[in-house]
Amino acid sequence: MDPYAALIQPFVEFEFMRRALVACLALSLGCGPVGVLLVLRRMSLVGDALSHAVLPGAAIGFIIAGLSLVVMSFGGFIAGLAVAVLSGLVARVTPQREDASFAAFYLISLALGVLIVSTRGSNVDLMHVLFGTILAVDDASLQLVVSIATLTLVILAVIGRGLIIECFDPGFLRAVGGPGAALHFAFLMLVVMNLVAGFHALGTLMAVGLMMLPAAAARFWAGQVATLAATSSAIAFAAGYAGLLLSYHASLPSGPAIILIAGGIYIVSVAAGPRGSLRTRFLPRRHLEA
Amino acid sequence: MTVVFSLSDVTLGYDRHPAVHHLTGSFLAGSLTAVVGPNGSGKSTLLKGLIGLLSPLDGRLERNGLHRRDIAYLPQQAEIDRSFPISVMETVLLGHWRKIGLFRPVTRTLRRQAEEALVAVGLDGFGRRPIASLSAGQFQRVLFARMLLQDCPVVLLDEPFTAIDAKTTADLLAVVTRWHGERRTVIAVLHDLDQVRENFPDTLLISREPIAWGSTAEVLRAEHLFQARQMAEAWDDRAEICRRSVV
Repeated sequence: MDPYAALIQPFVEFEFMRRALVACLALSLGCGPVGVLLVLRRMSLVGDALSHAVLPGAAIGFIIAGLSLVVMSFGGFIAGLAVAVLSGLVARVTPQREDASFAAFYLISLALGVLIVSTRGSNVDLMHVLFGTILAVDDASLQLVVSIATLTLVILAVIGRGLIIECFDPGFLRAVGGPGAALHFAFLMLVVMNLVAGFHALGTLMAVGLMMLPAAAARFWAGQVATLAATSSAIAFAAGYAGLLLSYHASLPSGPAIILIAGGIYIVSVAAGPRGSLRTRFLPRRHLEA
Repeated sequence: MTVVFSLSDVTLGYDRHPAVHHLTGSFLAGSLTAVVGPNGSGKSTLLKGLIGLLSPLDGRLERNGLHRRDIAYLPQQAEIDRSFPISVMETVLLGHWRKIGLFRPVTRTLRRQAEEALVAVGLDGFGRRPIASLSAGQFQRVLFARMLLQDCPVVLLDEPFTAIDAKTTADLLAVVTRWHGERRTVIAVLHDLDQVRENFPDTLLISREPIAWGSTAEVLRAEHLFQARQMAEAWDDRAEICRRSVV
């Protein structure tokens, strides 16, 4: 197969492939920096918890309005935000740490979601919620995903400094009277928003993959917040592009294909990236003069 | 003399258990005070109360119009993520918080002031280094540079020289002396009594309860220090309600 047919032709030929690629680009731009901030805040698993928390909201939305992406997204957003706010409140008002309160509330949410899904029996459409439908992204959901990415980048540009301080030195922000709690909740809102965008394309189970894997991989390539975010977005888009091609040529489901490619990039980064990877540890170069 | 903090019968603590019990007195503007006492005697709690991170369980603590932003505070165990990918310069620039806040730009003048602050703490040319590459002493210098930029009338330091080498301690003590010369109010929790005697005109000795407060020579007498050691009692789960509280 010649390179053109392998790498470009599917997107020229099929509209659904082009839409899927644009959705991946939008998701990458939003999820890249958000994922990096999650990793830096040591909240990687909170992203996972929130992605599960979205389920009951999306399921209720599905029951109310059928396969309406807007209603399902709205439901998912509300459910995710509820879990984020409740666990954040417990962590700030009581001595319990945020990881424990997040685990508690996301499990409640997940159980609720599974309950709702199971009472509806084996509905095929509901499988789309769980596993995503990036190859069937319509205009409405593409607009939603792109809007969320745009909004995310604008919000990050406005509150980025605050998020970095709140993450790097929360004690300082508190001591100077900065709005630490407001920034934290604004950030959790960004996470939920981007997970909702992701579940259209990748499903609730896989949405967090495009957020965490590129961010985790970027750590082995870049050393500043801005370069980490750019690297993470680039890796996410590369995974989206390669994953779509893999799913097209090998007739595989697109969501897992994209996330598996991202996982592959992560493993290569751990093994061979220039910063702190296994290669730099086990094949050290000669030390420097100063 | 203007009073910066005035405390009347202040009790500070956690979960109803007092850590500082019935403290009355005041910190004057421009004073340089060392807070000393055994471990667990409530020194850090007192600083948290002064800046307002902790509300008194009882009594009245007045700040005389001071806002949180007017107080530079160096906590004992800063919750700083030292592996965070941020440069020395960016960290120091946070000291301009009052001028830049969350949204305002960092001007060239502010950046130059940050460079001067780095020179003042002996870290000339360190601006571009990531903080992860610094030693504990160098990092403490960075935090002092940040406090220099905060340019606050009141500075609270919680064990600023613990686990810091002698050279760094001497350099940073010079910064503290400079602040005192600029008529700022400095309150520092310290352990090294010789250091206190040499550099701090005033001392507050506490051991959950105030033992003595006044000129350092007067406070750090043997009988006071002995008394302080006797009183550092432990947390009592079945402690009764304090009868000294004014209802």
